[in-house]
Amino acid sequence: MAKIKLSNTKVEQIKAICKEFNNNKGELINVLHKTQGVFGYLPAEVQEVIAEELGVSVAQVYGVVSFYSFFTMVPKGEHPISICMGTACYVRGAEKVLDEFKRILNIQVGQTTPDGKFSLSCLRCVGACGLAPVVMVGEKVYGRVSTDSVKAIIQEYQKEKCS
Amino acid sequence: MQYLSDKSLKKDNNMKNIKVTIDKKEVEVKQGTTILDAAKSVGITIPTLCYLHLKDFNITNRPAGCRICVVEVEGRRNLAPACATECTEGMVINTHNIRVLNARKTVLELILSDHPTDCLICAKSGNCELQTLAHEFGIREIEYQGEQSTYKKDMSPSIIRDVDKCIMCRRCEMMCNEIQTVGALSAVNRGFTSVVAPAFEQDLSCSPCTYCGQCVAVCPTGALTEVDHTNQIIRLLADPTKTVVVQTAPAVRAALGEEFGLKPGTSVTGKMVSALRELGFDYVFDTDFAADLTIMEEGSELLDRIARYLKGDTTVKLPILTSCCPGWVNFFEHQFPDMLDVPSTARSPQQMFGSIAKTYFADKLKIKRQDMVVVSIMPCLAKKFERSREEFSTDGNPDVDFSLSTRELAQLIKQANINFNALPESDYDAPLGESTGAAVIFGASGGVIEAATRTAYEIFTGKTLEKVDFTELRGLESIREATVDFNGTPIKIGIAHGLGNARKLLERVRAGNSGFHAIEIMACPGGCIGGGGQPLHHGDSSILFARQKALYDEDKSKAIRKSHENPYIQKLYKEFLGAPLSEKSHHLLHTHYFDKKKVIEIDE
Repeated sequence: MAKIKLSNTKVEQIKAICKEFNNNKGELINVLHKTQGVFGYLPAEVQEVIAEELGVSVAQVYGVVSFYSFFTMVPKGEHPISICMGTACYVRGAEKVLDEFKRILNIQVGQTTPDGKFSLSCLRCVGACGLAPVVMVGEKVYGRVSTDSVKAIIQEYQKEKCS
Repeated sequence: MQYLSDKSLKKDNNMKNIKVTIDKKEVEVKQGTTILDAAKSVGITIPTLCYLHLKDFNITNRPAGCRICVVEVEGRRNLAPACATECTEGMVINTHNIRVLNARKTVLELILSDHPTDCLICAKSGNCELQTLAHEFGIREIEYQGEQSTYKKDMSPSIIRDVDKCIMCRRCEMMCNEIQTVGALSAVNRGFTSVVAPAFEQDLSCSPCTYCGQCVAVCPTGALTEVDHTNQIIRLLADPTKTVVVQTAPAVRAALGEEFGLKPGTSVTGKMVSALRELGFDYVFDTDFAADLTIMEEGSELLDRIARYLKGDTTVKLPILTSCCPGWVNFFEHQFPDMLDVPSTARSPQQMFGSIAKTYFADKLKIKRQDMVVVSIMPCLAKKFERSREEFSTDGNPDVDFSLSTRELAQLIKQANINFNALPESDYDAPLGESTGAAVIFGASGGVIEAATRTAYEIFTGKTLEKVDFTELRGLESIREATVDFNGTPIKIGIAHGLGNARKLLERVRAGNSGFHAIEIMACPGGCIGGGGQPLHHGDSSILFARQKALYDEDKSKAIRKSHENPYIQKLYKEFLGAPLSEKSHHLLHTHYFDKKKVIEIDE
């Protein structure tokens, strides 16, 4: 685990979030949720501060972080890509779409490209089953995605950067 | 039908009785009784795996996760886990019809489908609860073939985690978090990749683990075992250039016999000494000798602090906390680094012994410390870590070279083909083998402070103690308090065993209004008798009570029962150390503590 140091202001920020929830250990998930909203991810050092503030062990905090797929310990890419693995999307080929994303970006689920541009994750149902298989890039939803359209989707965001 | 949380399972004595039928037998039980306990009351044993209940110690693991204990409840669609299902009036239960037996077998086969089958060479072979079930269920093949989970092996100085063998019973997690409040282990990840591990899946050595070994003591499989040094010992015993000295901790003698089929609570001191001699140890000594020495140092420190306090010295730290238990030392170094000046600076008996053996005794033998090997037999796994601490070595040569658990000693005796039960009884060697009754009770919770009280009383009051039994300090309640009258000066004593209980006492001390003068703390339930290196209790607390009784009986049978009356201790001070707390004593018998709390680096 790469050891990164936290700045004092960041530590204070995390402490403030914990305080918002009265440093109540029962609010761990909410604290993690909000902290990830602020920092984008939950590195080990952030979890250590939260554990200390809420009076739970770091192991237990990590247990929760590693259990829920929503939480991540690596920074998300500039354009987080989520592939829906819900039943409808899955039966209409979501796995193949995912494999294509993995192949082109050369990363696994939960990872971020070395340039920090894209990260890959799976989610369960965005409520657009009629458009299955569904892919989300940031807040934008793409429907009826096929393996052939994957490249175009990625290029859309690579171009954006060039301009 | 409902699942029970442990809180709701506390039986209320005012609750009415209810009638249930188990395997056609009518049973009357108190409301709130589980099917498992109700069945047990009429002699029906339902197999369990994840369930663990250590009666009278408030230790229960009941995740109802393994599903081995399922039974059929008539009128209910699904099978019910017996460990976590409460009996209700008129319930009709079948514990071994074909539906139940098939379900259990399937459950076990599924567990085994993701478990290594290298039982022959597993450290837990013959003492594994999973193996026993597979044997009892007559499993001859595992139908389910599929992926097997693999994890890296974690080797700490004391404990080996081989998580491939983990069945996610969560007993270790319960021990580490609820009982010990150490928080080194937690279930992490989800689904097939879930595993019990320290934070960020690092090794135990990077976690706040105290090496108390209570996770090992409850692990039903070979997932958690101790670091095994028996082979190194065998080699050293065969080396003619080495003088190999062994010391045995108090609690070992009360438990070792269990490994040879003797009744729990059988004291095997004499046989153990004979066995160690047969194994080829050059000198068989007793950690009890060093326990007496500990009392001299720790007791003097207590009296020194009390004397200064009574004179009005406001800087003096009271209460004094015992420091014999290495799990406890690790605990406060990690969790209470602001209180490092509160515990006694006295080293543990294991380390005092090593220190004296490699100076005083090596001098007597006219050999160099490098040619002496000190082996300790301990009921403990934290002792393995303690002996490896840098501060307990001179020029890279450790005071104690190896620490073996009670289980490892039993293994060594078996490997050497020694018929333990047929051995005659023999006595320890002199001079480091002589001890008093005060030392032998170190192995039970409350024993160290009772031993200290016997000596401190006589030194403080200048009077002879008529009644040496301080029964108010004995027992197995989690936290005990007692006031001992030192001829008009009331001395308030606290005792805790189990680190969660220690934490409660320590928080009172930190708050500054505890009023205690001295506190004894042992990391393991019951003290060393329930240590992480002892023969496995498999959830039977009567074994711990029997071991406790064995130690107090041995104390009673001793001619000398006060540490300061040990003639060899008196001789040691006269010939070598001078007096308790002397400069030499400080150098050889005392230590200092380190702040091991993990701090977050702040980058400005």
